[in-house]
Amino acid sequence: MSVDIRSQAEAPEAAPRAITLTVNGKRYSARAEPRKTLADFLREDLGLTGTRVGCEHGSCGACTVLLNGAAVRSCLMLAVQADGQELMTIEGLADGNQLHPIQQAFWEEHGLQCGYCTAGIIMSLYEMLRRNPKPSDEEIYDTLGGHLCRCTGYQDILKSAKLAIKLIGG
Amino acid sequence: MEEAVGLLGLYGPEAKILAGGQSLMPLLNMRLARPSVIVDINRIGEMDYIRPSDGGIAIGALTRERRVEDDPIVAERLPLLAALVKWIGHPQIRNRGTVCGSIAHGDPAAELPAAALALDAELAVVGKSGTRTLSPDDLYLGYLATSLAPDEIIREVRFPGLPANAGWSIQEVARRHGDFALVGVIAVLGLTEGRISEARLVCFGVGGRPVRFPEIEGQLVGSTPSEDLFSATARQVSASVDPDGDIHASAAYRKEVAGVLTRRALEQASERAKGGIQS
Repeated sequence: MSVDIRSQAEAPEAAPRAITLTVNGKRYSARAEPRKTLADFLREDLGLTGTRVGCEHGSCGACTVLLNGAAVRSCLMLAVQADGQELMTIEGLADGNQLHPIQQAFWEEHGLQCGYCTAGIIMSLYEMLRRNPKPSDEEIYDTLGGHLCRCTGYQDILKSAKLAIKLIGG
Repeated sequence: MEEAVGLLGLYGPEAKILAGGQSLMPLLNMRLARPSVIVDINRIGEMDYIRPSDGGIAIGALTRERRVEDDPIVAERLPLLAALVKWIGHPQIRNRGTVCGSIAHGDPAAELPAAALALDAELAVVGKSGTRTLSPDDLYLGYLATSLAPDEIIREVRFPGLPANAGWSIQEVARRHGDFALVGVIAVLGLTEGRISEARLVCFGVGGRPVRFPEIEGQLVGSTPSEDLFSATARQVSASVDPDGDIHASAAYRKEVAGVLTRRALEQASERAKGGIQS
């Protein structure tokens, strides 16, 4: 217990809060500790382990998900901030056994090795292609610039991105 | 907004404002900051806006940096700002990071605090004792230290427009695009009948806060743009900055680069003022 020298209020109890959110079109109601990151909540509470946690400070991009359509770092948001919001994770892309064209492109062009960074990269590319189905090379670099990959050397990721654009018809 | 200010007043320095979270959340995750209360301002309505304001633009407390990139009002009135935000992190960071939050955080290597200083921005601040207007020069005290009280929030930043005869340039060196700048320079030059009628020069990443050079700016005014003039100015800037060295770059390297980027920035700003570059 801290000594209250400025006659300020004690911090309120950090009891879990009830939140309701939509992930990949499905509504979830759950309780989340206020301090829990969205990335940890998705993995531990909703069991959506496709989203990976890498650096936990926004540099690596592994935890990227879509928040109301925008690619964001789920490690840099609190789960309680997602209350009432609409999320999309890598689990929301494929249609049953039918891979999404971006996933198909990564498969065909060997855009992954260990795969740890892949889910985040694919979510960022998904947002990019939603904004502009015919992105310039500069836009592709800008998007991929927000992701670290320790295996591929990036060239096959770039090829995958370009194939995805073709498959989607840009 | 009143409720947020009230909570900040109630918990004092134990409370932290959470806006975009792209600086605060890494600090929390790394346990470098351990505030006992987080005041999330993301659900305050009507704070996400970009509006015309006099000749310039006003940006609200919750406007994300990404929005600035392709906003038509910014494109028309202050294209410098649209170009500037693209230097910040990555699209995934800019989707959350806010303009006012970056200015309030005041990282010395960040672009927006430097731009606020270069553009003579006005910061509308709200706190429990009311509202006040601050200049960026008065805001930045030193490394991540600002003159904002614990209960104060920047509710709006107002960037004046640039004169029609002004050209500008943003120069930055970082190890990878999207990393914090090792050194950056923002220059604005106004040309009237071939002479410099207005000059603004800001360096960032070279100390505890972005630096402006009023004396050097004063010397530029009245001169005719030339290679010699810009090289001499570059040497002055290089000599005046006093950066620290760290694992990313030595102090000597930063001083050298500050000079080189100053020369490039002045050249490009001058070209743009002459109409030689389409912005």
